[in-house]
Amino acid sequence: MCATCGCSDNATLTDHTHTHDHAHDHVVPLEQRVLARNDEVAARNRTWFTEHGVLAVNLMSSPGSGKTTLLTRTITRLRDRLPVSVVEGDQETDVDADRIRATGRPVVQVNTGTGCHLDATMVDSAVRTLAPVDRSVVFVENVGNLVCPALFDLGESARVVIMSVTEGADKPLKYPHMFRTADLVVLNKIDLLPYVDFDPTAFAAHLARVLPDPNVIPVSATRGDGMADWIQWIEQRIH
Amino acid sequence: MHELSLTQAVVDAVVDRLGDTPVTRVTLEIGPLSGVVVDSVRFCFDLVAEGTPVAGAELVVVQPPGRAACRDCGREFEVDDPILLCPGCDGANVAIRSGDELRIRSVEVRRTCVQPADAPTTPH
Repeated sequence: MCATCGCSDNATLTDHTHTHDHAHDHVVPLEQRVLARNDEVAARNRTWFTEHGVLAVNLMSSPGSGKTTLLTRTITRLRDRLPVSVVEGDQETDVDADRIRATGRPVVQVNTGTGCHLDATMVDSAVRTLAPVDRSVVFVENVGNLVCPALFDLGESARVVIMSVTEGADKPLKYPHMFRTADLVVLNKIDLLPYVDFDPTAFAAHLARVLPDPNVIPVSATRGDGMADWIQWIEQRIH
Repeated sequence: MHELSLTQAVVDAVVDRLGDTPVTRVTLEIGPLSGVVVDSVRFCFDLVAEGTPVAGAELVVVQPPGRAACRDCGREFEVDDPILLCPGCDGANVAIRSGDELRIRSVEVRRTCVQPADAPTTPH
């Protein structure tokens, strides 16, 4: 270190060859996770949910998998059994929030604009507005996208990936990050199986390649098949 | 395109730590199993840095190799594909050892050394 100016040049008082009032590049180690701030807020959210016995379910899927229909039918089935509130994430519009509002349950719409996913801060803010009661369920309907939401911890209690039989059975292989983090995969629209080219055996094999021992509930949200299993899965997680 | 918000998080974190100090280089670690496309981060970086002390900084991306271990047969192996399958037993019950990094390793900042008023006179 330069004893005169204190800079990191390798100079001493007797061997002082640099002039003062000069600039140096200093390396500052940060060693910080890029998502550190998101993960801190997520951890706070998780603590709050746990302390209040709130089950926060992060629902993720591609657009058109039937998330909102599954959600409205779920709310109807949980009526008189569990208090439910909803955080609705979309890039634009509050069409989906209107569908939830029609069920009579509280909902906060989060429009992400150019963003393609919800993050922990958005959920924190939405949940403060919702102020869910203790021992209730908060469904967080993420932006329809199988890529970006995979990376963002919201502080949720469980991550549920919804996929429909009108999509390719190889989707788990195409979006491994998303399926790998799923606590549950809901396979929706099974009433359409006779009409589409979807191979459930191939789907199970593809899923097992990214998620060992996966938990799958096949449902038809519109016809009601499998809904009892899905409702049971939710109720078992309320303590 | 989550790389836009990730790159924003990088610039925010750097500015949080260093304030107005001009940054000349940012070094990130992005592993092949992180789910992040390095080219997209590069694409977003100048855009996000504009108007901040990070503007004009060089972006260096270090890509650590992906390594995983099979929980079933114990084999350790290198992997850079997000579908993690054990080459020994073809099982998917695999733990990532490295390659999922998404970190800011360091930054370089330019600081001007100014001779203190009471500095001793040096032979020169």
